[in-house]
Amino acid sequence: MAGTVIRGHAGIGPAAEGEALVAHDNFSARYDLDRIRGVFSRPAHKLHDENYVGKVLVLNIAKGGVATAWMLHEMASRGMAPAALLLNYANPIIAQGAAFAGFPLIDRFETDITRAIETGQHVAVDPAAGTVTVDGGAA
Amino acid sequence: MRLTDHEKSIQAGEHGAARQRALAQQIEIGRFFDAEDFVEVAQAHIMADTESLGEAGVAFMEELAQLPEAETRVVIPTITDPRGADFNAYGRINHDAAYVELERRADKAFRALGILMTDTCINYQTMMPPVIGEHLAMGDTGVVIYSNSVQGARTNYEGGPSALAAAMTGRTPRYGFHLDQHRRGTARFEVRHRPGDWSEWGALGGMIGRQMGSYFQVPVIDGIQGSGPAPTSDDLKHFGAALASFGSTALFHMVGVTPEAPDLETCFDGAPPDPVSLGKADFDAFLSEYAIEGDGLDVVVFAAPQLSLLELEKAANLIKGRRVADGVALVIATNPENKNAADRMGLTATLEEAGAVVLEGVCFYQMHARELGEANGWTRLMTNSAKLSNIIGGYGYEPVLADMARCVDSAVAGRIV
Repeated sequence: MAGTVIRGHAGIGPAAEGEALVAHDNFSARYDLDRIRGVFSRPAHKLHDENYVGKVLVLNIAKGGVATAWMLHEMASRGMAPAALLLNYANPIIAQGAAFAGFPLIDRFETDITRAIETGQHVAVDPAAGTVTVDGGAA
Repeated sequence: MRLTDHEKSIQAGEHGAARQRALAQQIEIGRFFDAEDFVEVAQAHIMADTESLGEAGVAFMEELAQLPEAETRVVIPTITDPRGADFNAYGRINHDAAYVELERRADKAFRALGILMTDTCINYQTMMPPVIGEHLAMGDTGVVIYSNSVQGARTNYEGGPSALAAAMTGRTPRYGFHLDQHRRGTARFEVRHRPGDWSEWGALGGMIGRQMGSYFQVPVIDGIQGSGPAPTSDDLKHFGAALASFGSTALFHMVGVTPEAPDLETCFDGAPPDPVSLGKADFDAFLSEYAIEGDGLDVVVFAAPQLSLLELEKAANLIKGRRVADGVALVIATNPENKNAADRMGLTATLEEAGAVVLEGVCFYQMHARELGEANGWTRLMTNSAKLSNIIGGYGYEPVLADMARCVDSAVAGRIV
C-alpha cells in the first residue's frame, strides 16, 4: 500500500489493516468498553458510543487494570475485537493480552500517533517491522 | 533474549507443549520490552474471574487441564485474584446461574493445574506478605503496587495469561520494575492535606494517577510523614489501588513511609523535580466529581479492594443496631479467610442482621456488575472506594464517592445523605 510510513518499536501479533478510529485518550478493555456490543461505554471517554469492532484503534496510553490481558482473546473469539491497537505507550497488560490473543499491537512511535492519524483513514499495521502505513499520507 | 539451559529445554519442548507455548509467549513480551533475560519468580498471582476470562478463556483453561499433569502443573506457589461469583451467596444478589456455572468450570480447571484458589486481591494482608527484593509475578494492579511500593518486592503487572505462563515456567521476562533503573522516582507530589479516611486516601491516589503519563512513571509522595501517625496498611491499600487504577501505575515511593524512600533525595537520580502541590481544595474538587444530582440511592458497595478484617469491623461498628432501608442494598466483598474470621468474631452476623450482604472471594466489579445492576435495578451506587468509582461508570452505574460513615448513613436513610 502506498502512503506515509510511521515507525514505532517492534510490536506483537500479525499484520493487519483497517479504518482508523482515533482519539487522544487512553485504553482499558474493562474500564472503557461494552465488550458485548462492541462500543466504548465509559461516559467520559472521547470515543463514547463509538463502535470499535474491526477498526484500527489509535489511542494514547494503556490505563486501568489487568483484565485486558484475558479480554482481547475473549473479544477476538467472538469476532468483536478491533483489527489492531496503536498506542503511544503500551503497558505490560496490553502486551501480554496481545501475545496471548495473537493480536496486532505497536507502540512507542517517532511521533504522537494520535495526532499522526485521523479517524476514517485506512492504515496498514506491520508489528514485526514496527511500522504503520497511512493511506494518502499522515494527518 | 539470553536463555539459560533450562529455558532452552523448555523452548525445545522437553517439558511439554503447554510450557513451550508459555515460554514463547513470554519471549514475545520480553522482546517487546527489550528484556535481556528472564528472572525467576517466587510466586504467581492470577486474575481468574470469568468476567475477564469469558467462555473463550474458560475453554482455554479446560483444554490445559486435560493435558497430563506433568506438562501443566505450576512450578511455583500460585494464588488467585477474586473469582466472578460467590458460590454460597450468588442467589442473594440475583447473580445469573449461567455465570455461576461458568465460574465453577473455571475453578475446576485452575485447580487441576495445582493453583491455590485464594480468590483474593489482598493476599498481602491475609496470605504470605511479599518481602523486600523478592521477584514475583502478581496479577492485580492493587497487589502489584502494594507489593512493589509498601513491601519493596519486584513485579510488573502480570495479566492472567502472563501470570499463568510465569506459574508454568517459574520465571518472567526481566523488564520494568524488576530492574533498579525503573524503580527511581520520576515525578514529585507534595501533599498539604492529610487524607482523613479511605475515600480521601483513594482520592489522593486518583489525583496522582491521573497525572501519570505511562506505566513507567514512578510518583514520589512527600508530606505524609510528620502530618500524623504512620499510614495504616488499609490507608496505603486504598491509596495504591486508586493510584494503580487511575494511573496504570505499579510503584510509588512515600517519603519516610515506604522502604525505598528514607528521604526525598534517595528517591531520585539527581535533584528532585519541582513538586506538584495537592491541598484540601484539590481533594474536595476530586470528590465533587463523584457526586450526582438528587439523593436517590440503589446500592452501597464496600469492595475494591476486598475488605480487611479491620475494615469489616469498622463497617460492623457503624451499622450495629441499625437497618439498611428497604429498596437499597449494602454489598460488602472480602476474601474467604476474612469472611471466616468475621463469622467467628460475630462481625458477619452484625452486618447481615442490619441487612448487608457479605460476599466472599469476589469483588464487585469482577462479577458481571453490568448484569447484576440490570437484575437488581442498581444504577446509583455509593462507595468509599475511589478505585470502584473509577471503574464502575463503564458498567452503567452512577458512582458517588464518600467516606464509609456517610455511605452507611445513606444506606440506612435509603437516600444519599
